[in-house]
Amino acid sequence: MIRARGLVKRFGDFTAVDGIDLEVAPGEAFGFLGPNGAGKSSTMRMIGCVSTPTAGELRILDMDPVREGPSIRARLGVCPQTDNLDPDLTVFENLTTYARYFGIPRAEGRRRAAELLEFVQLTEKSGSTVEPLSGGMKRRLSIARAMINEPDLVLLDEPTTGLDPQARHLLWERLFRLKQRGVTLVLTTHYMDEAEQLCDRLVVMDAGKIVAEGSPRHLIETYSTREVVELRFGDDAPATYVEKLAGIGERLDPLPDRLLLYSADGDAAVNEVHRRGFTPSSVLVRRSTLEDVFLILTGRTLVD
Amino acid sequence: MVTTYAVARVARGNRLSPARVGAVINRNVGALRSGPAYWLVLASGFFEPVLYLLSIGVGVGALVGDLTLNDGEVLPYANFVAPAMLAVSAMSGALAETTFNFFFKFKYVKTYDAMLATPLRPMEIAAGELTWAMIRGSLYTGAFLIVMVALGLTTPGWALLAFPATWLVGLAFGAVGMAVSTFIRGWQDFDLISTGQFALFLFSGTFSPVQDYPLPVEILIAITPLYHAVELIRGITTGMFSWSMLGNVAYLLAMLAVGLYVASRRLTSVLCR
Repeated sequence: MIRARGLVKRFGDFTAVDGIDLEVAPGEAFGFLGPNGAGKSSTMRMIGCVSTPTAGELRILDMDPVREGPSIRARLGVCPQTDNLDPDLTVFENLTTYARYFGIPRAEGRRRAAELLEFVQLTEKSGSTVEPLSGGMKRRLSIARAMINEPDLVLLDEPTTGLDPQARHLLWERLFRLKQRGVTLVLTTHYMDEAEQLCDRLVVMDAGKIVAEGSPRHLIETYSTREVVELRFGDDAPATYVEKLAGIGERLDPLPDRLLLYSADGDAAVNEVHRRGFTPSSVLVRRSTLEDVFLILTGRTLVD
Repeated sequence: MVTTYAVARVARGNRLSPARVGAVINRNVGALRSGPAYWLVLASGFFEPVLYLLSIGVGVGALVGDLTLNDGEVLPYANFVAPAMLAVSAMSGALAETTFNFFFKFKYVKTYDAMLATPLRPMEIAAGELTWAMIRGSLYTGAFLIVMVALGLTTPGWALLAFPATWLVGLAFGAVGMAVSTFIRGWQDFDLISTGQFALFLFSGTFSPVQDYPLPVEILIAITPLYHAVELIRGITTGMFSWSMLGNVAYLLAMLAVGLYVASRRLTSVLCR
């Protein structure tokens, strides 16, 4: 579906995407994970054929995005990061009008619009304008709009950013159904749980480069340990314990409020902490998540 | 052979698709139907030139009496002013769409970003929006022509001929307005546009023959666009044709071509970064 080799995007002196290679297979749910400014959206825009690569090779649906943009876009569904629904039109017309841009006949456009509104549970809002809809509803409408041309490939740029938990879960469930229908999904996110829920495979991007690639499970196994122990020590700064606990587990990571101890066996590590005579005020042994991988790979500095 | 094939391919690839241009126009028809506010805007656009015509053309015209033009023809003042108001309404109808509305869709509601995620191309968006602007302008000018015929300011035959001329005026101003709008930084810049528009409205041979001005001013006016629209339309509605009207048409066609080209180039460079 997508093949990139040494793909680069520069804006003046700034390099947003710095030579990435990737391959997305049909039917796959593929994720770009990374902090803000990592180059995820720039990559998505190149895949969406609205931004020309500065260098490198990019093939989408086995076509050239620069020369065959309209033909590629005819088979893409794009759900942008910020909703750009049409405020002058009703919910239903947003879909039927969009269908016309793809050259879908009116009657067929109306049929699909009704079906899609059913799918995203917005049928009763059909005649409303867009403005009074909640954030979650707007997002669902954007996804319905992205599906109007029955695309082979759907691009979702941060599909659930800014939504409340109920709205996110409903959206995930709908996206999962799309995946079951065999639609190829490519999404960006900075939510680890979203990536774990939806993606078969993902790449972690940082500063325009791909720093890791694989399934969520594979990434956790490769870059983190099976378990993580979170230790808190009352008022003491966690960093002061790094030396005292050295040698326990595979890695120690002090955060401002707690110390993370990466270990294959969390309970054994906790026993060792106690044996050395330390009594943390709280102890939590948990399985390692993608979040741990993400923090290990991209560091803890806030990028904004 | 290979080159010919490649050139043909590129040419075909760049051709406007009437269906896609139509889809852009269709979006505006939908927007027009969905809200009553839009109709109000349209109505006000029609009444403005009619009010000018009645107050100045008919009112002031009663004081001025008949005008004797350079070539000795005598024309009642209202007949002189009316075609200018017609040209103005073609201009402002199209400009309202391609400046204010276009900028709002371009910068704020991101209508064109959404369109560019479909097979639509920037040139098709520009062409669709411009055609719609011309249609909007022709709603004003069509109604205005009916008023002119009713008041005996032109004949029905000349009115029928003047109607397509107002389309050309709408396309020319709409295209240039759209090109300018892509450079606009914020709402403040619209003050410049409306000041410019008002200056054109006053000094394009609208209310008095340009020959009454000193020569340098006359030349200056001859460079500005509304003058050419007024000359063309006045020639038609009064039935006083001259060869210089071909020059007016050429001027308006050039505005259309340059405006459309710049607008679609700018849409590409701003939205497809």
